[in-house]
Amino acid sequence: MIVPLTHVLILAVILFILGLICVLVWRTNIIMMLIGIEIMLNAAILVFIGGANHWGAADGQIFSLMIVAMTSAEVSLALALVVYLHRRKRTVNTDEFNSMKG
Amino acid sequence: MEQVLFYILAAVVVIATIFSISEKHAVHAIIYLVTSFFALATIFYLLGAPLVAAFEVIIYAGAIMVLFLFVIMMLDLGHPENVPMPNSRDWWPALLLGAVTLGSLVVLVAGRSPLPAGNPGGITIRDFSVMLFSKYGVAVEIISMQLLFALVGALYLGKRRRSGMRERNGSCGEKTK
Repeated sequence: MIVPLTHVLILAVILFILGLICVLVWRTNIIMMLIGIEIMLNAAILVFIGGANHWGAADGQIFSLMIVAMTSAEVSLALALVVYLHRRKRTVNTDEFNSMKG
Repeated sequence: MEQVLFYILAAVVVIATIFSISEKHAVHAIIYLVTSFFALATIFYLLGAPLVAAFEVIIYAGAIMVLFLFVIMMLDLGHPENVPMPNSRDWWPALLLGAVTLGSLVVLVAGRSPLPAGNPGGITIRDFSVMLFSKYGVAVEIISMQLLFALVGALYLGKRRRSGMRERNGSCGEKTK
């Protein structure tokens, strides 16, 4: 372990909070909200990698790979939704998406 | 040497992420985020996970961020003057909540004893692969099915529906056809 696990966890928490702030601040722009979710998922991956390195077990690395696969599925679906919504309303402003079915 | 490198890279990650979330131009935000992901991949390599570092660069920085760029360019969102900027009324609750969480972390870290010593054994790629396909083989299957479902869902959402779309955005829908 080159650095204490605590420092890795602190870095992960700072990254997670930055992603949370991104989602909260840009809650009218759907693209920036997705970027915030990406930052938060990266913080989760960092926690898994730090734990795997600290305890010398490969499980953490495997689950970080699972998170990467899950993220790619999530992003492809979310961006397909963004394209669909933009085709309907000509905007990515979430305040405009205020009606269901019509 | 590696310790110093870790702290430098951590600073790069945090600063690039701050630039990314405060940038009003979406394309610039994506580029800053790619910088942050490269530094994070190097941190993964330092923490003994070279395979995850490679996947971070290939999938995150290479595929996902390029997908974001494609969507931004396809929908022509690269005009920051058309995007409503968050004002101070949007910033202060987010910063307040983040500061509360960060403050609780600092209190927690300052008041606790050091973590129990771990088991610092190196994880080789061979260990990783054997465990991935033996112990977690079912998880690999489930992830592959999840990717297939995401593909089907994206195809369904991307399909152009004729009825109901035309009267809504008449000429615009015709133009993009």
